[in-house]
Amino acid sequence: MYVLRQWSVRHARGMNSFYRGFESALTALHPLWQRIGYARLERPVAAVEKSVKGLLFDCRMCGQCILSSTGMSCPMNCPKNLRNGPCGGVRANGHCEVRPEMKCVWLEALAGSARIPGGTDALGSVQAAVDRRLQGKSSWLRVVRERTGVTP
Amino acid sequence: MIFEDEPVPGYPLPILPGHTSPGRFERVLRAGLFAVTSELAPPDSADPEEVYRRARIFDGYVDAINATDGSGANCHMSSLAVCALLTRVGYAPVMQISCRDRNRIAIQGDILGGAAMGVCNLLCLTGDGVQAGDHPQAMPVFDLDSLTLLETARTLRDEHHFLSGRKISYAPRVLLGAAENPFAPPTEFRARRLVKKVAAGAQFVQTQFCYDVPLLKAFMRQVEDLGILDEVFILVGLGPLRSARTAEWIRTHVPGVHIPDPVIRRLAGAADSALEGRNLCIDLIQEIRAIKGVRGVHLMAYRQEEAVADIIARSGVLNGRVPWYPGRDPQTN
Repeated sequence: MYVLRQWSVRHARGMNSFYRGFESALTALHPLWQRIGYARLERPVAAVEKSVKGLLFDCRMCGQCILSSTGMSCPMNCPKNLRNGPCGGVRANGHCEVRPEMKCVWLEALAGSARIPGGTDALGSVQAAVDRRLQGKSSWLRVVRERTGVTP
Repeated sequence: MIFEDEPVPGYPLPILPGHTSPGRFERVLRAGLFAVTSELAPPDSADPEEVYRRARIFDGYVDAINATDGSGANCHMSSLAVCALLTRVGYAPVMQISCRDRNRIAIQGDILGGAAMGVCNLLCLTGDGVQAGDHPQAMPVFDLDSLTLLETARTLRDEHHFLSGRKISYAPRVLLGAAENPFAPPTEFRARRLVKKVAAGAQFVQTQFCYDVPLLKAFMRQVEDLGILDEVFILVGLGPLRSARTAEWIRTHVPGVHIPDPVIRRLAGAADSALEGRNLCIDLIQEIRAIKGVRGVHLMAYRQEEAVADIIARSGVLNGRVPWYPGRDPQTN
């Protein structure tokens, strides 16, 4: 939802700290996830993740979330899926070239990043090309697996 | 000036130390000359002669010719094909690659194919959205973005393998370029975005149309402050405006083109607005060439291509130099 998405960017700092805490908690529960089995968890967790992040960020479930590097503004909402900064078509009023009714997600990302400690530095890193195989998969479980060294 | 080894059509130049391409455009840039490039609008036709006719307009005035890749999301002859035609007779094209229409499999194949046919310069672009063109019902691909496209081309060139890791036996030897728009919001972030592009492999940059010199100066200062002024050749985009009405239309309908009011007023007040548009372009060139770090201009004169020669000649930026074109030096051909 566009209004909620904008609210999330305005509260990027709080969102980011909550998110980090949440990911740590998920990681701490790794033994439990392992007992249930990551493969069995994938579908239900992805469903929860989709509804929560869909509501808050208009998440597109790319499966490789970089929200904390983009000021909590989801770059997959860019009609060109740009994960490395705004295109050259941003309108003078800061709105999107393709969808004029929407503010450029990268202008939002800049504003959100300024609210997160170290957020503007994160904008400088070059994001790799999207792995389309992860579309629809849970980014949360992927983070836990990466942190705990479990191969997916 | 004449290089001692000017091209024989179909044969690449030797690659000089510190160069990444066997191309004439890189020679000009690295020699510290003020470079001039222009843009060829690919025809809506399968006739090769139309491509040559459009290229010949620039003979003697440009160092490289950009072949656009479905610019404005409109369908035309492909940039790869235009480049193949141009290299056949020795022109130095800049092959534009947009991420809008092809995925990483197709793009990597095109880079190899282009290089095999003598393309020495790539311009890596995100591309306009499909809504801007004549096929708004088309599928927008955007598998890569301009940054990851740059990285992809650099991987092919420097690491000799595809993104998959599979080896290629002969790497494309190309100069990598990117676009930047110092005139669109967020203007304070544009120089930092250029830093990212340079980090991803950009060696030269062609900017969006410049009609606002103070904004360009601010951008160039930021680029200098960020320490990449010597790492990238910056060519500023320019174009003649035909009339105040055209200018007004462009700024309201073409995303990313910023035209300040005084420019519109100057055109509106002129007796011959087309001539005034060219004069404005020449004035801008004079101002821009004095800015530290500007290494050339990129003229985009859509449907006024014949104006390029006049503008470049009157601006004097070539300093008497005649860029190579087929037939310039009869003895070497």
